Amino acid sequence: MRKIVIALMGTISGLIMLFSYHTSLAGSGTLAVPPSTGTGTTSSSSGSTSAGSGSTSGGSSGTSSAGGSATTVTGDTAQTQWGPVQVQITVSGGKITDITPVQYPNGNGRDQEINSYALPVLAQEALAAQSANIDHVSGATVTSDGYVQSLQSAIDQANL
Amino acid sequence: MTVTSTTGATDIPAPARRAWVEQLMGMPVSIHLRGPGSRGAEAESRVQAAYDELRAVDVLFSPYLWDSEVSRIDRGELRVEDAHPLVAEVVALCETAAVLTGGSFDAFYLAGVAAPGRRGFDPTGLVKGWAVQRAAEHLAAGLGCDVSVNAGGDIAVRPGKDPLPWRIGIEDPTDPARVLAVLPLQRGGIATSGTARRGRHLVDPSSGRPATDALSVTVVGPSLLWADVLATAAFVRGPVDGLAMVEGLTGYEALVVAGDGALTTTSGLTGAASPATPQRPMGDMSG
Repeated sequence: MRKIVIALMGTISGLIMLFSYHTSLAGSGTLAVPPSTGTGTTSSSSGSTSAGSGSTSGGSSGTSSAGGSATTVTGDTAQTQWGPVQVQITVSGGKITDITPVQYPNGNGRDQEINSYALPVLAQEALAAQSANIDHVSGATVTSDGYVQSLQSAIDQANL
Repeated sequence: MTVTSTTGATDIPAPARRAWVEQLMGMPVSIHLRGPGSRGAEAESRVQAAYDELRAVDVLFSPYLWDSEVSRIDRGELRVEDAHPLVAEVVALCETAAVLTGGSFDAFYLAGVAAPGRRGFDPTGLVKGWAVQRAAEHLAAGLGCDVSVNAGGDIAVRPGKDPLPWRIGIEDPTDPARVLAVLPLQRGGIATSGTARRGRHLVDPSSGRPATDALSVTVVGPSLLWADVLATAAFVRGPVDGLAMVEGLTGYEALVVAGDGALTTTSGLTGAASPATPQRPMGDMSG
């Protein structure tokens, strides 16, 4: 018990509470996208995103819109309890400008019910996080997840 | 993957940064490095070692693996004193957690009808925070860059030589599209317990019933291990009692979203006292 008390007496460095609402911060957030990273440095990420289940396709692909400053990044396909899910994000001027689900489960009515709710909500989550310039989100435990992981994967790859 | 980047963003030079994601322990585990060295070969090999470490922990502790040491202890087939030394370490931490939380966190449960009187063992609620905290510390040692490890929404961060705080958004349990607050954190851990993702999965050991009073409890402090344990215990206790428990512990702060949406925090998080009305983010994507 003594050791624990000592551990608990530690200090938090730089812990500050502040509220960041999307409206007040809209436009001020910047996604940390290094300019012109090239292609070589991004290839390793697909190797590190293979899921333990072995059912995740590690292949991600990205395309650039012709002549513009927008970069489109497609996240890895992730297996969820509802089926495979994959999203694509568009980054322009250092900000996420679009999020498109490119693959999502379709099956019974229950699946569709979940998808009609989950996909738009999670897309908004990414935009909200972007507008607040957030590095991570703390929330109730995400398990057998996939969708968020895929979205996180896309954001991460935009950060490469 | 291939990315053909023509991004012309030149606003502010962002520090070098790299991120990895793997599915481990049944959840996505993201590792982000930021600062000098974060994109080098040394960082790459250390991150892979961190994932290997977490996988090894899972093999020992997963209750979902029939042959894990925890499963064997739970079935009464293996004694703690004969198990891996890390298991004994976790058992000791579980006992401490039970004392610290006044029994609201208890890894030793009554095995029930099948084996009356026998004590089962499920340290899952503690192992994740412990393992992630440990992996973040091992990863940061020897790397000069900022380290953050996010396991399914519970996050451990360690500073590098020239640290910047990581900005951690706290999810609104009533709407994952919103972030209730942002906590800049350079060193420590932040964990959230709630029902948003998995339904009512937390059970009050004292009553055996699902805990329902709070929507979510977030705890931040020097160690993810204890932040995670305290978040779980405070969630089980409910908004008022849970907050009081964390208030009494130096170094740890809590943010509670009650069932009616009311937001309360411990005294160290005074910025949360008067939240504005959350607004929809710009660009309604829901169509």
